Amino acid sequence: MPVTIKTKQNTIYAYLKGEIDHHTAPELRNTIDDAIIMNETSQMLVLDFSGVTFMDSSGVGLVMGRYRLASSKGKKLRVDNLSERDYKIMKMSGIEKLAQINKVKE
Amino acid sequence: MKKINELKMVFDSRSVNESFSRMAVAAFASQLDMTVEEMGDIKTVVSEAVTNCIVHAYRNTIGKIYITCAVFEEGIVRVRVRDKGCGIADVEKAMEPLYTSLGGDRSGLGFSVMESFSDKLTVRSKPGVGTTVTIDKKIKGKVL
Repeated sequence: MPVTIKTKQNTIYAYLKGEIDHHTAPELRNTIDDAIIMNETSQMLVLDFSGVTFMDSSGVGLVMGRYRLASSKGKKLRVDNLSERDYKIMKMSGIEKLAQINKVKE
Repeated sequence: MKKINELKMVFDSRSVNESFSRMAVAAFASQLDMTVEEMGDIKTVVSEAVTNCIVHAYRNTIGKIYITCAVFEEGIVRVRVRDKGCGIADVEKAMEPLYTSLGGDRSGLGFSVMESFSDKLTVRSKPGVGTTVTIDKKIKGKVL
């Protein structure tokens, strides 16, 4: 699976792996959305990009879409471990005004 | 500018080819001895242009995508991505950041990303005929 879901202390962690583009995004989306819907008590969704080797603007769409669903279920979103490039692409959307986004620690 | 090498490829507008096409162009362009960053920039712009062909130009159908990649002695990579799809009626509107005609999980950032990671972006389009996107990328690393 290109994404592994773990839940811990009211937080859903989605660890993304591999390349995110228009071809791979739907499977990631479905798995994460299932986790959002099933974990009713969780208050936070964390998308962890440490295993992502490539992302184009489809990755931004993936994050924006998950933000919308998570918000509608009363959950907050955080994005962790973005590469310098992916962080730059993410910021073009203005998502940082809605959710915390973090670059990978040096 | 003096062209030193050129690649041409034609493939179906199937999403599974997004990964293949960006890898192929980046691998070909890498003869210019570029940095990892510059190679990433090329992969990203090709991925955006090819996705546009699949999602917009050939929406609900499968057509051919034509890519030319030329490398120039001056250290420039020129990638041309062409389709014979539906075309864009208003190119200026299509290029606005966050504008998308599709909604869903499309971010509307395709052209913004292409502009951001290249040195020059040209879009020519005619409704019913198709679209040609030309991207120039200056490679600052050593020239062959």
